[in-house]
Amino acid sequence: MNVLEVKNLRKSFEDNVVLNDLSLTVPDHTATVLIGASGSGKSTLLRCINLLDTIDDGSIYLDGKEISDPEINVDEVRKNLGMVFQSFNLFPHMSVLDNIMLSPVRVHKLPKEQARDEAMTLLRRFDLADKADQFPDRLSGGQQQRVAIIRSIAVKPRLLLLDEVTSALDPVLVNEVLSIVRDLKADGMAMVLATHEMGFATQVADEVCFLKDGNIIERGPASQVISAPQEAETKDFLRRVHEAGRL
Amino acid sequence: MSNDSPARETSGRALSWTPSQRELERQASRKSIGRKKALIATLSSVIVIGSLIRLIVTSPGWQSVKDTFFDWSYGGEVLGAVAKGLIVNIRLTIIAAILIGIFAMILALLRTSRSAALTPFRIMATAYVDIFRGVPLLLVILLIGFGVPALRIEGLTNSVLILGTTAVVLTYSAYVAEVIRSGILSIHPSQRAAARSLGLSSSQTMRHVVLPQALKRVVPPLLNDLVALLKDTGLVSILGVTDAVRAAQIASSRTFNYTPYVTAAILFLLITIPLTRYTDRVLAKSMKRQNAQGAA
Repeated sequence: MNVLEVKNLRKSFEDNVVLNDLSLTVPDHTATVLIGASGSGKSTLLRCINLLDTIDDGSIYLDGKEISDPEINVDEVRKNLGMVFQSFNLFPHMSVLDNIMLSPVRVHKLPKEQARDEAMTLLRRFDLADKADQFPDRLSGGQQQRVAIIRSIAVKPRLLLLDEVTSALDPVLVNEVLSIVRDLKADGMAMVLATHEMGFATQVADEVCFLKDGNIIERGPASQVISAPQEAETKDFLRRVHEAGRL
Repeated sequence: MSNDSPARETSGRALSWTPSQRELERQASRKSIGRKKALIATLSSVIVIGSLIRLIVTSPGWQSVKDTFFDWSYGGEVLGAVAKGLIVNIRLTIIAAILIGIFAMILALLRTSRSAALTPFRIMATAYVDIFRGVPLLLVILLIGFGVPALRIEGLTNSVLILGTTAVVLTYSAYVAEVIRSGILSIHPSQRAAARSLGLSSSQTMRHVVLPQALKRVVPPLLNDLVALLKDTGLVSILGVTDAVRAAQIASSRTFNYTPYVTAAILFLLITIPLTRYTDRVLAKSMKRQNAQGAA
């Protein structure tokens, strides 16, 4: 069973073609990693799947249901999708606990007590229980991003979308965030993630897709795309990443 | 400030050390620079303010101005009547502020909503704001105060106090709606994206994520508007409402002495100055908070 199917997706912003006839399939419980230079379309693809951007052509299916249908209730679709942003986007006027409980209580109509218990369970699991009553500005970047991830999985989404979740972090904080993602992958959470961390990509990816100019140039297991790329453009990108010391 | 003491507190932990020779020299020179600055500030204040006072007091008309504007015994005599009028201004301000808050919030939400069903209301709200921001408050007061009774509609009030308050509410709602709207627009789109991606509807996003942050941001400008509102309630005196301004007018027209006006001005200042200072403090605090957030 495929959680996500993207067929022939096209998206442009005015004259700028960002996604060009892009297709992608994500089977259940698997992680698809998107790699590629900034501007290659990774973030836009994630935003299109989340219906934050409208697409120009093609279709997107979630659990076999077309979500690119304009008639669809976007709020219902997003109940099944988690999204984590590069810049955390926690709500600064709410405590950590309230950030996590907002969607379970308001959208999924869970009783407050149950939402609180579930949120606390997640916070304990990821060593953040002592931060439950803190406000986001008292947390380090790594802690904020971990809370953002917990917030997005608190509603048990079918698919988690992670948009360069470590790009805004100090190198020393990157690992605490990646280790959560690794745990979620081990739980069997299906995910699509854009990242510049090649080592991490190799660890979690069932499939790696190399994007360039809005299309997937090369796809396959990490052992192929990252360790033994076939396409000249992939090789060139990885060589530049390697020179930047990120491999 | 923490630079003054050699032992600084760092997050509850006291770090003590013996200042170096160089640091002692620096502290001494900082002190002498501070003394020099204080001396310059005092001298310049004395010279500027002193010559201004001299200019006024030595002017040829000073004696008659003093008698007609600053007759303190007469001022004391009318104080009660003017103060009673000021109570009217204060009550009017409180009632108007509540009504403005409600009405302005509705206008701001209509102007920022994207719902198709609300389109006619959105257009009306925009037209409303354009009109009432563009017409002088005094004209609105005159038009409502004299125009509405002229309609002679059964059951509609003829009370100048209510009509005057209505005019003030109509005009100020337009201003305040724009302040709230600018607060709503100042919330970064990423906050909305995060809320929507969690499945919140657009109205839930507004209520739980955007508005709480937006309102916090616009508290200082709204306090500014409150000060302005209190002063502008004096304009309803033109309809014959016996507020502080009207009370002063009555008193001075009886004796052709203008001291009651000065008395009214002082009474207004007694309220507005603390309110303005408080606004400044709130603003400074919110700036500090935002800067701290930016640094995090």
